[in-house]
Parts: sequence; structure tokens; C-alpha cells
Amino acid sequence: MATRVATSSNQLNKLGVGKLSELPKDGKYGDFGGQYVPEILIPALKQLEAAYESIKTDFEFQRELKVLREEYGGRPTPLYFAKRLTEYAGSAQIYLKREDLVHGGAHKFNNVIGQALLAKRMGKQRIIAETGAGQHGVATAMVGAMLGIPVEVYMGSTDIERQKMNVYRMKLLGAQVHPVIAGSATLKDAINEALRDWATNVQTTYYLIGSVVGPHPYPMIVRDFQRVIGDEIMGQTLRRDRKLPDLLVACVGGGSNALGTFYPFVNESSVHFLGAEAAGAASLGKGSVGVLHGAKTQVLQDEWGQISETHSISAGLDYAAVGPEHSLYKKLGRGEYISVNDEEAFEGFRMLSQLEGIIPALESAHAVYAGVQRARKMRKDQLIVITLSGRGDKDLETALRYEQARGTV
Amino acid sequence: MNRLAEQFEQLRTKNEGALVAYLMAGDPDPLRSLEYAMAMEAGGADVIELGLPFSDPIADGPTIQAAGVRAFQSKITMKSFVQIITEFRALSKTPLVVMSYYNPIWKMGEETFLKQIVEAGADGVAIPDLPVEESTNWLNQCRKYHTSRIFFVTPETDDGRAKKIAEQSTGFLYLVPRYGTTGARDELASHTASLIQRVRPLMPAGLPLAVGFGLSNKEQVQTVITAGADAAIVGSALVDKIAQGVSPETLMLFVRELKDGTRRSASAAV
Repeated sequence: MATRVATSSNQLNKLGVGKLSELPKDGKYGDFGGQYVPEILIPALKQLEAAYESIKTDFEFQRELKVLREEYGGRPTPLYFAKRLTEYAGSAQIYLKREDLVHGGAHKFNNVIGQALLAKRMGKQRIIAETGAGQHGVATAMVGAMLGIPVEVYMGSTDIERQKMNVYRMKLLGAQVHPVIAGSATLKDAINEALRDWATNVQTTYYLIGSVVGPHPYPMIVRDFQRVIGDEIMGQTLRRDRKLPDLLVACVGGGSNALGTFYPFVNESSVHFLGAEAAGAASLGKGSVGVLHGAKTQVLQDEWGQISETHSISAGLDYAAVGPEHSLYKKLGRGEYISVNDEEAFEGFRMLSQLEGIIPALESAHAVYAGVQRARKMRKDQLIVITLSGRGDKDLETALRYEQARGTV
Repeated sequence: MNRLAEQFEQLRTKNEGALVAYLMAGDPDPLRSLEYAMAMEAGGADVIELGLPFSDPIADGPTIQAAGVRAFQSKITMKSFVQIITEFRALSKTPLVVMSYYNPIWKMGEETFLKQIVEAGADGVAIPDLPVEESTNWLNQCRKYHTSRIFFVTPETDDGRAKKIAEQSTGFLYLVPRYGTTGARDELASHTASLIQRVRPLMPAGLPLAVGFGLSNKEQVQTVITAGADAAIVGSALVDKIAQGVSPETLMLFVRELKDGTRRSASAAV
């Protein structure tokens, strides 16, 4: 862990930028990204990009965003020193970035509030979203209710079955939930259906995508709204320890909490990135380059380009592709990505519950497991931050069934 | 001149529009989809558009999604897809256009894909999720293999962009008058005629204009041809018949009826 993960100037030249943080360039992250969508959506993506560029420097917009993030969303979130978890791992100091304490119970709000304000600014009358675990759907429904914009959420019927509470939460918050039965009836299929809806209603509708995936400018917009996680970590570790973390750990499905955590540190070569993918949906670990949902990125697919069905205990990581910027980080060696299987994730889930009194989302439990394993190989004076992307309340039924099936409860 | 250009040339001299008939390869199985393609040809289809099934067809409505599912159930492979084209070409001179999402083409390699289907007898390719901006290498490969590259224009496409897209297109330009996905509709979008009139002057002389997405009967075919399109594309309405398991003869009769809608001499207003 003492080595630096500097990106060579040769690599940067090829990417056409001076620093990695300057990406995307022309909608691309090196070979990844782009806009592989039906023609009907291209003008809408161009409008979205123009609207987004205009709010970046708009004082009023940024102030409204800041106030709502703080007063409605509960930011900044704490950086908590996990003393017992650190002792258990027995080496590097482990901190938890508590995104589970954000309103709604996950980091998803950070992005949703930004994009919903953008939708309002663009005069859109209706917001659609896809959801896997339901956290993004809940955050969108919540913000839709607060801003008075109707929300419709597409959700795979498999996910509806395993996330019943979140479905009820969305309905309670006034959103319509459309079940998607096509394909594997999970996140990938929900995104397909949301894209079809958007193509049909593109003049009136804002598609509020929930991760750093999809066609440009979405991966950039979502990253920029999620970078608040990493920005806060930077301030908090500098104030507390007078240094930057040595390692950042986050779970990766589409990759929004991970990119939000990593991105502000991307030019800091002493800071290592570790992404934890679900073993049954490890597009970075086991996939190959392909095109899905509008972007060229690492995809799990068969030999003739059909997208594979994925399997993970956590609905939020159950996705066959990943954000294009992660594909680039992986290719450059800027980020390290490992697979965590259901059993290991469950170990992380129990470990954090019992050592720290924090029940993590099953997604975040992948990061907890990966972080603890890695801590053991590091020095005591080194500093790890694990982003706890969400809380585990939504997963209790899944966890109970998992334990019952194994006779451990 | 390739088969596609020749076909449009001949139809022009006959004062007819073209009927482009779509079906999904492998629906309900590779052999029967070949029989249906031959039935379409016999019924008078001027161009066959053959779909390659894809797991995540974001531009398609329920009908063509279901056709893809049936094709996968029949265990279609890239090899049998190419074989359908080869067999079709052995039996017919009717131009054939492949409709495929980009990922299967990317995965195989743009050149390998094109080489295989062109050698088998395909005349053009339409890729609904590959905009011109992402097509630099694809365009070069299409030039190399003398294959028509068919791009899309929609009501959202402004004049400047439509012109750019039309300039990159060969074979025909695919005009989608409707918002949304593929699927048979009872009514034609009301702005279809004005959209045809807006796009036509932006196109290079001689490039045929085809209108598709939502056409389901002879009257609609007639309407778009009368409004100035060179071709009408019918997909979901034909796929619906195949889904019902109709005989190739029944499909042939339906195609014949649709084809009647393309004869300008039969309609008063031209």
C-alpha cells in the first residue's frame, strides 16, 4: 500500500487531458462512455448537458442545492472512527463515511436532489426513474413529493419481490411503481423500460438516472452530485488527522457511491481506491468491453454480445454493467476492484452490526468485508475510509431468509 | 449499384413506393423465420429487414421484445443468423437489410460482422442505438464492404442534424415519425406528412426516404407513400401475425395487401 498510483503523462496524453479529473472529454472516458442511444434521445441529451452546464455556475441553484442537502438531507454526514472494527481487523485505522444517515437511508439522495432541481429548472412536468434495491426509487419519490413533481418508478418484478418495504415506501411517498417483467426482471430491465418511457415522453419528462451509468452526460452529472461524499471525507480526514486517507473503499454496482467517494481524490496518487463488486455481478472483474444502456463500458455478456443475467444477494449491486469512468480507472490501474461473494458480504453485514451497532445495507456490507480484509495487510498508522452507502433496514427480510436457509438463526 | 439501390430505381420507374417488411430472425425458429421471409418476398415485399435478437432491445415495444424472446428460445446463434441470410439469398434477389443493436456487432468486431453478413448476401445494416457521432469506424467498414448504412431521423432531430445524418446514410434514410418504441398503432402520428416534407429537402438527391415505427395496415402505408415517402416499413404488425402462428400463405396475403398501399397509380393524390 505504500506505492503510488500515479497516472503517467503518456496515459493522460492519450486521454487528451492534463489530469484525470478533467474527464470526460467529448463525452468519453478514454475508450469508455459515449452516447449509444436511439436518435430520438440524442437531442434531449444535448439539452440536458446544456442545462447542466448552466446550473454549474448558477449561484441561486447551487445555494438551493446546498440548503436542501443540509436541512432536508442531513448533510454533512459524519466520518466515524470504527474503534472495535479497527481492533477486530487489528491493523490500519478504519473510518466509516456514514451515508446511511442521509435522509432516505442511502447516498442516493445526493444525486436525486441535484437532478430533481435540474428537472424543475428545465420545466419538466414529470420525473421517471429506475430502481434496483429501491433506494434510488425511494429517494426520487421522496424528493418528488417535497418539490411537488409527479414521479413514476420502473422496478424489476424480482426486485419488487425482494424489496417489498421499499415498494410500499415509494407508494406512500406518492410515486407510481411500474413492475417490469422482461428479461431477468431486475435493474437492467428497469433501465430498459425507463429508456423506452423517456423516448416516448421526452418532451415533458425528465429521466432521473440513479447511478454513474447511461449515456453522457449522465455519468458525469451523477458523479458531480455524488462527489460531495469524497469532498467531505477529504475535509474531515484533513481536519482530524492532518492527512489524506491511504485507502478508500466502496461497493460498486453501477458505481455512484464509489465514484462519489473516489473522484475528489483522483489526482492524489497516494490515495488508493478499492471497489467491491458482487461476485455474481462483477462486470469489472469478469466482464468485457461492451455497450449497454447508452455507454461503452465493462459488461457481463456472452460471446455474441448478449447481456448476461446477474445474481447477487443485494439488489443494488445486481447489474450487468458499471459506470464508464470505473472501467477507465480499472484499465489504468487507478482503481482496484475485487469480488465479494454473498457469504462474505453477509459476514460484513453481521460484523458491522455486532461490532459497531450499525446495520449496513447488504450493498455496503460488500465494502465492509473488503475493507476489513485489506486493513489486515496494511500498517497501523494507515487510514482507511469505508463508505457506508446505505442502512440495512430494507434488507432485514432478505437477511432473515438467508440465515433461516442456512440454519444460523 | 447494389441490390437496394437497384430496387429503389426500378420502383421509381414503376411509380411505386417500396414495402419494407420486418421480421425477427429465429422467430419462432430459424427455419420457419426463413419461410416467413420467403412468404414476405412472395407477397411483394421489396426489401426484407431481418432483426438480430438482442437481450436488451431499448428501442422496441412489447411485440418485437416478445419476438426476441421467442428467437432466443429457439436457440438462435450468430451462425444460424448468418445461415438464414445465406439461404434467403440462394432463393431470392430481394434486397435484405439487417437490423441489429450495436453490442452484438461490437462484440464480434464491426468488420468481422459485416464481412460475414455481406458474404451471406445482406445489403445494408440499420443500428438503432448507434448515432452518427459514434460511427466513424463503422462508416469506414461499410464503405469497404459496399454495404448500405441506414441511420435514423426523428421529430426531435433538428434540420442541421438531419442533414448531417442523411449525408452519412446510404440505401435509405429511416424516418421515425413517432415518439417512443416500435409497435403497431391504429393511428399514424398527425405530423408525419409535415415531417416528411421537412426532411426531404435536407437529403442528398436520390437517397430514398423510408418511414417506419407504428405502420400496421394498407391505409397507413398508402398515407406515407402519398405524403412523399419512398418506402413504408412494416414491422410489429407482421411480427404479430407470426406470433399468432399464421401459415406462411396467410402472411403472404397480408403482405400483398400492404404492398397494394405502395402503388401510387392506385391512389389519386400524388
